[in-house]
Amino acid sequence: MEFFAWCVVAAGIGMGLGSFGTGIGQGLAIQKAVEGVARNPGASGKIMTIMLIGLAMIESLAIYVFVVAMIILFANPFTETVVQLLNK
Amino acid sequence: MTHPFIFLEWLEQQLHLHIGSHVTYTWLVMALLIFLAVVVKRSIKTVPSGLQNFLEPVIDGIENMIEETMGHKGKAYFPLIATIAFFILASNLIALIPGFFPPTANLNTNAAIALTVFAMTHIIGVKEHGIGYFKHFCGPVIWLAPLIVPIEIVGHLARPLSLTLRLFGNMYGHEIVLMIFFGLVPFLLPLPMMLMGVLVAFIQTFVFMLLAMIYIAGSLEEAH
Repeated sequence: MEFFAWCVVAAGIGMGLGSFGTGIGQGLAIQKAVEGVARNPGASGKIMTIMLIGLAMIESLAIYVFVVAMIILFANPFTETVVQLLNK
Repeated sequence: MTHPFIFLEWLEQQLHLHIGSHVTYTWLVMALLIFLAVVVKRSIKTVPSGLQNFLEPVIDGIENMIEETMGHKGKAYFPLIATIAFFILASNLIALIPGFFPPTANLNTNAAIALTVFAMTHIIGVKEHGIGYFKHFCGPVIWLAPLIVPIEIVGHLARPLSLTLRLFGNMYGHEIVLMIFFGLVPFLLPLPMMLMGVLVAFIQTFVFMLLAMIYIAGSLEEAH
């Protein structure tokens, strides 16, 4: 059973690390975008578009971690092997 | 949120079919969009009223965006982009109605759309440039090609993967969060999360559409 406990731990820590870096990256992107808009409010439309694309790109890192965490938690490929070994 | 009662799944069980609720709801969204299109087209006027009033700015906005990111050549691909946008938006938004399952919260639907975009970029590239399209993969100087080609191929293959996983992760993740919040406090607490769901639905549609446009624009331009 320890295997499944470690699975949960791995998913949690992975998600935490993934969102840590993503948070910093998105924060930096938004900081620069806000500075740009403050300097030149006329360009806000274009900056908004580019920022949204960039944010979506950065966000996908966290999303990948999320998908991996979901695979570990709900669709773990090793579950059957482990259960078979446990039943032995 | 995955609602406890999904009516098309129930219907499927009554009829003993094994299709999967993401397919049936894809059909539902398709029917909805076709119905909307037929209704609007039937009553098209020079002085718009009602539904036409609402849809004209949307179409206009998408057209302007295509003009901005892809140039005048991109106008030919307006039907593809707009269809993808409307389909994803409708699929994302029906998740908020009880009894509906969003088809975009399933990997298969997203992979289908992303692979369509992926195939279209290369078909358009070959159509525009002929055999010269493969210069896109060779980098700026010819003797760098052995280095650049593998990187470009991996980069191109990563596009449908990232498109699929981004949309799937956002929609599915939002469902999981809502489910957990409902488990904790069912009264009023999930409401702000649902509001964010509307925002996520729009932003993800926008991002998917924009990335599809950028990919197609990339294969439209001349090799550097």
